[in-house]
Amino acid sequence: MKAFTYERPLTLNAAVLSAQQPGAKFIAGGTNLLDLMKLQIEAPIHLIDISRLGMNTIERNADGGLRIGAMVRNADLAQDALVRADYGVLSRALLSGASGQLRNRATTGGNLLQRTRCNYFYDLTRPCNKRAPGSGCSAVGGFNRMNAILGVDGGGGASFGGSEARSGGNGSRRSADSRAEAGNICIAVHPSDMAVAMRALDAKVETIGVNGVTRVIPIADFHRLAGTTPNIETALLPGEIITAVTLPAPVRGQQIYRKIRDRASYAFALVSVAAVVNVVGGKIRSASIACGGVAHKPWRIASAEAALVGADVGADVRATRAFAASAAALLAGARGYGHNDFKISLLRRAVSATLAEASGRKSA
Amino acid sequence: MPAEITPDAKGDFRHALTVTRREAIKLTALAGAALATAKFSGLAAGSTMPIYVPLGSPSTAMPVAADIPPQLMPVALQINGKLYTLTIDTRTTLLDTLRESLGFTGTKKGCDHGQCGACTVLIDGRRANACLALAVMVDGSEITTIEGLSKGDQLHPMQQAFLTHDGFQCGYCTPGQICSSVGMLSEAAAGMPSHVTADLSIKKVTLSDDEIRERMSGNLCRCSAYPNIINAIREVSKATRGVQS
Repeated sequence: MKAFTYERPLTLNAAVLSAQQPGAKFIAGGTNLLDLMKLQIEAPIHLIDISRLGMNTIERNADGGLRIGAMVRNADLAQDALVRADYGVLSRALLSGASGQLRNRATTGGNLLQRTRCNYFYDLTRPCNKRAPGSGCSAVGGFNRMNAILGVDGGGGASFGGSEARSGGNGSRRSADSRAEAGNICIAVHPSDMAVAMRALDAKVETIGVNGVTRVIPIADFHRLAGTTPNIETALLPGEIITAVTLPAPVRGQQIYRKIRDRASYAFALVSVAAVVNVVGGKIRSASIACGGVAHKPWRIASAEAALVGADVGADVRATRAFAASAAALLAGARGYGHNDFKISLLRRAVSATLAEASGRKSA
Repeated sequence: MPAEITPDAKGDFRHALTVTRREAIKLTALAGAALATAKFSGLAAGSTMPIYVPLGSPSTAMPVAADIPPQLMPVALQINGKLYTLTIDTRTTLLDTLRESLGFTGTKKGCDHGQCGACTVLIDGRRANACLALAVMVDGSEITTIEGLSKGDQLHPMQQAFLTHDGFQCGYCTPGQICSSVGMLSEAAAGMPSHVTADLSIKKVTLSDDEIRERMSGNLCRCSAYPNIINAIREVSKATRGVQS
């Protein structure tokens, strides 16, 4: 670990001001940043500890929604009575992530800011466009079992983000390699479960920045697709601090978080689905679906939800057709990179099964 | 960088001046590492062997501001009921502070990346990975390590249960398993649900074997002593249920 100075400012404004110096970085729970610092993937020279600046309460908002302080620990958020009662999908997502020890330390704001677990981002001996922009992507053509199938556009070739590709032989992988080198492609995924549930719940991220300027960023705009700048992951400006996450008033319906992973516990998602489905009189009145483990940000597509509204979930054929249409809309433009081809069919089935369960039908 | 250690009021220095068994092991390991480095550097130029890229080399690492010298800071920790004040390199994790600076070697270093749970301690009563907290971040906190669970020669019920049920083989993960299970039982007593809890609205948690497995998934045992670990935790869980809830 590189040497750094450490400070615990007494106010948020002091923290923002201090963050203007070069090489400064905020730390809260530290469960991701310290890991990265040990590997020198992150090498701040000044650490600003914001963990004792309050922002650690969960309160009802005037609009009936919830305001979650950025320093609320993942365990406390999952356990909160209001969250368990009204936002079950969030509680479930949190409980499916990490371990008991990590959830006791990791914070709400930090969870949103955690960085990808792509093997090559962690491997300093290999090129990585996220870690060192322009150096190339080792995951395209490498071991990419955990990587993205959606939302990839590295600017290195027009065919990226095109139609669904099959696994392909060495030839196609080599051409993918050359395109990866030409552009700044990144097929990393965002690892958070919490953020996927928050995306389905239409959360908003509150921040404070330079000169005390506050912003409210819809979570849809908070995380970015990799595009040609995979090193820039969120809408945050330098020195800007997440102060809270707000949730709108509770929506009716069944809330499900389904996570599929290589181990039964304590593993990142291969794919995950957060769904809130409201069925009235045997028909879907409203639905929201967000997916994790498949893109550089939680993946949500409006047409996948529109395809469900009005669907008669009492009728086998019609329900199945609606769920399939929804999954197809989510997967439009999906492509695999070899090892992760399976994620396309896995997500399709996971979406259908989750929708069936959330609609009160027997899970597929 | 060695830390300056100040004992608490009772003058309990934990560093002995004689060479202990573990220090002898360290010296041996250092000598071995020096030999390996010497051999390896001889391969570098003109060799067809893969060239070792040092961590943080300019070609692959994120651009950063210039390096600064190590920074020292004072830290006060209440460990197992005693106050320790020391001046320490800001980079030092709680784990290394406990083991290397203060001699609490019961807490083990496994992966050092929050993946194995061997370093689990209680920070202000809650279980956490000591490898993923800097000592400066937990300044002023109460830390409980495996050494702090027993009362003198009287073992904590969880320690006794691990003995009774043979909840280990090599024993390296055991201090972490025990600290984690003690923290886990407090969480369950406070009504914390888990990934396998069927109903989020329940107020009282009953720890089935599935619940214990899920809640203990942050502690790996490479010997796979899991069945006996679960037997031990189940016994303590049943014995304390009436008391805790």
